[in-house]
Amino acid sequence: MKAPKFRFIKPQSLSEAIGLLSEFEDEARILAGGQSLIPTLNMRLSQPEVVIDINKLDELKGISLETDHVRIGAMTRHVEVMGSALVNENLPLIAEALPYVAHVAVRNRGTFGGSIALADPAAELPACILALQAEIVLEGPQGRRKVDADDFFHGLYDTAMRPDEILTEVLLPLAKPGEVFSFMELSRRKGDYAQAGVACRALISSKTFENIRLVYFGSELKPTVGENVIRALEGQTWSGDIDEKIFSQLEDDLDPIDNLHGSAALKMHWQKVLTKRAIAAAVEKTELV
Amino acid sequence: MGGETTIGPLDRQHSYVGRNLPREKAKRAVKGRGRYTDDITLPRTVHAAFVRSPYAHANICEINIEKAIAHPEVVLVMTGSEMREMCTGPWLGTLSVFETMKTAPQYPMAVDRVCWQGEPVVMVVAESRAVAEDAAELVSVVYEELPVVAHKEDALEPGANLVHKELNENLAYEKVIDNGDVGKAFDEADHIVEGVFKFGRHTAVSLETRALLASYEKDTEELTIYTSSQTPHMIQAIIAKTLGLPEHKCRVVAPFVGGSFGLKIHSFGDEFAATAASIKLGRPVKFIADRLESFLTDIHARENKVAGKMAISDEGKIQALEIDILSGVGAYSQYPRTSVFEANQILNITGGPYKHQNYKARMRVAYMHKVPTSQYRAVGHPIGNSVGEALVDMAAEKVGLDPIEIRRRNVMEDDSYPRKTASGIEVADMSHQACLETLVERMCYKELLAERDARREKGIYRGIGIAAFIKGTAPGPAGYYGAGGAPIASQDAATVKIEPSGNIICSVGVTDQGQGVDTVMQQITASVLGVPDEMVRVIEGDTDATPYGGGTYASRATAIGGEATYQAALALRAELLVIAGALLQANPEQIDILNGNIVDAGTDNIRISLSELGRIAHFQVAQLPNEIEPQLSHTKRFRLRDALYIFTNGIQGAYVEVDPDTGFITLLNHWVVEDCGRVINPILADEQVRGGCVQGIGGALYEHCIYDDQAQLLNGSLVDYIVPMASEMPDIDVAHVQTHTGVSELGSKGVGESGTGAAPAVVMNAVNDAITPLGGRVFEQPMTPEVILKALGKI
Repeated sequence: MKAPKFRFIKPQSLSEAIGLLSEFEDEARILAGGQSLIPTLNMRLSQPEVVIDINKLDELKGISLETDHVRIGAMTRHVEVMGSALVNENLPLIAEALPYVAHVAVRNRGTFGGSIALADPAAELPACILALQAEIVLEGPQGRRKVDADDFFHGLYDTAMRPDEILTEVLLPLAKPGEVFSFMELSRRKGDYAQAGVACRALISSKTFENIRLVYFGSELKPTVGENVIRALEGQTWSGDIDEKIFSQLEDDLDPIDNLHGSAALKMHWQKVLTKRAIAAAVEKTELV
Repeated sequence: MGGETTIGPLDRQHSYVGRNLPREKAKRAVKGRGRYTDDITLPRTVHAAFVRSPYAHANICEINIEKAIAHPEVVLVMTGSEMREMCTGPWLGTLSVFETMKTAPQYPMAVDRVCWQGEPVVMVVAESRAVAEDAAELVSVVYEELPVVAHKEDALEPGANLVHKELNENLAYEKVIDNGDVGKAFDEADHIVEGVFKFGRHTAVSLETRALLASYEKDTEELTIYTSSQTPHMIQAIIAKTLGLPEHKCRVVAPFVGGSFGLKIHSFGDEFAATAASIKLGRPVKFIADRLESFLTDIHARENKVAGKMAISDEGKIQALEIDILSGVGAYSQYPRTSVFEANQILNITGGPYKHQNYKARMRVAYMHKVPTSQYRAVGHPIGNSVGEALVDMAAEKVGLDPIEIRRRNVMEDDSYPRKTASGIEVADMSHQACLETLVERMCYKELLAERDARREKGIYRGIGIAAFIKGTAPGPAGYYGAGGAPIASQDAATVKIEPSGNIICSVGVTDQGQGVDTVMQQITASVLGVPDEMVRVIEGDTDATPYGGGTYASRATAIGGEATYQAALALRAELLVIAGALLQANPEQIDILNGNIVDAGTDNIRISLSELGRIAHFQVAQLPNEIEPQLSHTKRFRLRDALYIFTNGIQGAYVEVDPDTGFITLLNHWVVEDCGRVINPILADEQVRGGCVQGIGGALYEHCIYDDQAQLLNGSLVDYIVPMASEMPDIDVAHVQTHTGVSELGSKGVGESGTGAAPAVVMNAVNDAITPLGGRVFEQPMTPEVILKALGKI
């Protein structure tokens, strides 16, 4: 389990990094927190010619509050996001999800942008930014562009990023008045990859779902919006339970992939259970507001 | 006969026995200053990596090593055929005590045919491990795939594919015991309960993987091996035998060992190949298994299917027990300890705590194209206990008895020993009744039942589990290994000697893997001699520096090695008193050793210090009368006489919560009451039990080597093979009943496997207690959420 030889380059500026990416394209891999890349290098699952370490790029770090959104730099570590008062106050969904992101050691090194750029289907943050309808900022030789989260995730480890682009920051909209959030996931042990999970953003009035957004992860190839279940829920009133028929809508939204920890049927069952729990939590939070 | 015997030296005022001495090595380990095999690098060391079979069964048609050997930093490429040339003969993993057992001959690396995925095919040795891995990728091997035996259920069917054609069948071994009149008992039974229980294959996952550094000096023909091992003398013997070396010129050193759990008592082909490479090159060769190869090539264990049924009377008396074991092992029987022990232990111990006398058991062991299985912590006990204890709970439910009450009615009485179990094994000095009542008290059983019931009303499904157990520890010479022809000592030895400084060196054949074997020997030595603990240094894990011993396996270190140490220390003590008596013109019976000084017996009046005595006895021997010839070093050996094992007993309790919607299990509390005889160091004993429980829980809930129909391992990394971690583990309350074993003066039995042996049983019983109100029952481990939800009919 030793990585094969590769060239290691540590650029001093974003433009230098983009230059290197343009030069090497598919032969290069970006090293951010390294929590996914390093194991795949050591297991020889990934054998790039060049590893471009972007840890020196200070312009990719930090969290700031802008007029209508919070900006999180791509190289901001999970532990920094977790400890940020600004995030806690303005991005309750992110704050709720972060403790589920792996373990302390991984959160100390792993980065916010790295998680989004990798688009691991079991990762929490891609689902959260899709639930929040955040914008992802990419920079490449053609300049800077923003991509809506809705258009960003294409499939398994597949995103709208081009091979010569670097994810530089994520812009997360502030919560609208009255909006509540809930986050649920099931993993075999605390900190493991999610086997099923849902990020929920809702506007509820008199226990009636006026607006709700449910994004599923863990069971799908990419974070997935539950379009049908959302449609079925909107306008419904919560009475402590929900008609099973509504949850059966999930069968049109999701196509769970089975893995060693469970069959597709198990995952579908779990997503239904989590949906119910997530919306119950959202209702409860609305009442506490 | 056991009971509370009194031994003078251990009960004295300054005795360390029964006290919590901290482990000296723990300080080093937590600072990262431990020295493990991989921390040792000798000048001119080169590194081995292996090309391993990607198939479970295939002919090797062609091997091309040209590109690999052309790499400038590669020093050796060796194929299985070349390795065979260096061996005196093949390994045969049989023991004569398993008379009808069959196995195929095996070499350290595959020759012509591979029989399991991960089997070493080509070794590449290079200046670094990274280069060796690069060069291994340059080796090309052409295989011709052959039919695979992937499932034990198919292996014994007529017309099944064969693992080895020359064996004509896949059955490794079959044994039946039939005691009492089982048929009649079932015919006349008031009630019968039954079930088919399935146990997934899993593996040890030691934090430090297998590791070896072999260094051969061509000029002196001396071989030194540093290796992460529990059994240095056994490794010495089998290395010498396999590679045709003079045994006395092979030194095996086990430095710090980072966990072992029975994994490190076996022989592994890659380690022998790396040693052969050192002989060929005359250079030190290091092989450190990485985590991926560990999952593929470490011994596996626990893959069994057991059909069990129990007859029970209206009054809740067990009338008979019958089990049928199908044990799935690997392509070869593991050399030299075999792969049939696990099933044999299931057969030995199932239903072992109970008085019933009608017992029938059949075991069949089936070869498959998988990595060999062999002894792993608590061999067979997790399975035997899970089956036996589940049946007891089902019987209790049938006759309307509480799980505690049915056990109370059936366990062997504490005053009834020695006696035999229904399987025919001699047991003595046990305490099922005392353990059971202690457990009831510590669990606050009645209150717990009330709490469980109150929560059920609110839709919270909690369950209480109980599981009694016996555990075979410290095997004797009449039993299996040595008696069966393997070079494995069941006798062990200790040398205790005084240095000129007056300090004491204790060297032992048993070994430490972080559980504190050295600390325990230090406590025994210091207590018997009457010296402060810091005056005693313990040496273990080096065949050059310790008397011959079997090492540490089967919970034998304290029970066997501890008694040898005790006796050796007693002998040195007696001699020191004689020498001091001569110097002081005192009767040896009227003096004593206290706190490192010779004192007048019964007082703390110092006559002469041990440092002075040591100096005189080594350097100024003229001061002693001629008839005293100081030996100053005493070696004692200890073994069991007729007994197969020193059996221990105990009982565990568990409190769990099951989420019936998700199938997730939360472990709330866990209790263990066990009887390991005299406890030398309570905190070390407790931690052994706790660690053992966690390992057992791992098998019950998480750990599983999952293979597909082509016998390909699907989860060979720590991402997919999940082990128990601290955040999921409950508090584990440990208590001891101490019935000293009558076979030794020390009175200690084994403790290291008792947690593992019954934890899966008690957790399974607790889970079933939680879900039976919902109409479910599980018979399968690991109890994954999928297993739970299927049992509840939710998916």
